[in-house]
Amino acid sequence: MEHDLLVAENIRCTVGDRVLFDELSFSARAGDLVEIRGPNGSGKSTLLRCLVGLHEPDAGDVRRPVDGLYVGHRSGICGRMTPIENLRWLAGITDSNADDGSIEGALGRVGLDDARHDVCDSLSAGQQRRVSLARLLVSAAPLWILDEPLTALDDDGRDLVGNLLARHRAIGGAAVCATHQTLPTAPEVTRTVTLGS
Amino acid sequence: MRLFFAQFRRDLLVAVRSRSDAANPLAFFVLASVLLGLGAGAALAPGIIWVLALFANVLAVEGVFRRDHDDGTLEQLLIHAQPLFPAVMGKLAAHWALSGLPVAVLSPVAAVMLTGTTTGVWVLMLTLCIGTPALTLLGAIGSALTVATGRGGLLVAILVLPFYVPVLIFGASASTAAMLGDPVAFQLLALAALLAASVTAAPFAVGKALAISQEY
Repeated sequence: MEHDLLVAENIRCTVGDRVLFDELSFSARAGDLVEIRGPNGSGKSTLLRCLVGLHEPDAGDVRRPVDGLYVGHRSGICGRMTPIENLRWLAGITDSNADDGSIEGALGRVGLDDARHDVCDSLSAGQQRRVSLARLLVSAAPLWILDEPLTALDDDGRDLVGNLLARHRAIGGAAVCATHQTLPTAPEVTRTVTLGS
Repeated sequence: MRLFFAQFRRDLLVAVRSRSDAANPLAFFVLASVLLGLGAGAALAPGIIWVLALFANVLAVEGVFRRDHDDGTLEQLLIHAQPLFPAVMGKLAAHWALSGLPVAVLSPVAAVMLTGTTTGVWVLMLTLCIGTPALTLLGAIGSALTVATGRGGLLVAILVLPFYVPVLIFGASASTAAMLGDPVAFQLLALAALLAASVTAAPFAVGKALAISQEY
């Protein structure tokens, strides 16, 4: 039990009269990758928002003893600031001790070396997604909660997500990932939670 | 304090990058003062300036969380900022520094335009310096409650105007008394008490309202 980075116990969520999921339980330990699957509207994003604490489940319990990093449907990137300024702000509000050097290193790794001083509004959708991914490198959170991380990314970007996930799991992190695509990942997905079945 | 300054710096930067948004309420205040100076008499000047400052405040505070909500930085703030109180304070302080403070600084000019005399203009400025942060804090509650509905505007005004009324009454009364040469200490102390109450209570209410706004 004490190695669980995330435990969801019998959680239930409804939208109006419709039950999205009920009695849903799963957990994630160090090194795990939990994949959330299901058709559009089946509650994947709502589930992730429950896991990260933005949404209160109607019943059940979410225990998350460690810091979680959430990359959601909304980018979390302010369009009026440059990638560096965005990451600096995020490091400022989290307990991260990332300095400018590590932020620039992270932006380099996600392929944004040339764009790091442009305001994010002027970047493409894929580039903005990469700024979100750079957050994964800057943060020290052991638990990642990712909502459709492959959206808007090219092949190279997909490989990048695969590499980031593999490295994160190798150093004892865990990730929960909602996606419609096949995650470019080795080692294998630890477990798959299917919604709306 | 680290949270406060991280958020304060960031919001100042964003506001400076989107100058036109920040300038609108201020432009409203200046234009309305000029027009009322031409169209209305001098006797009501302090009250008029206070009402204008109040409307400029509603206009500005109504959108204080909108951009952050739309781009997802608000949910990041709610997830990571522990505790939320200093981050909310930093955000609102930056907001006030570019909306309430310029109105207070410009108010002596507006008063001279309206009345033609300089009597009491410094007290007017002082009341606005104490009163507008209270207005911003109270208005932010309404703004936080409505941010996810996408329909701020008039709804925020209706929600928060009742809370604005005491601030308006003491602010306008102190300014009017100063213009007439009467003592103003009581009204100033009452204003300061309102500010102290807003500083202690409003950020918690804002934080709670923002958390609720993310439930959908």
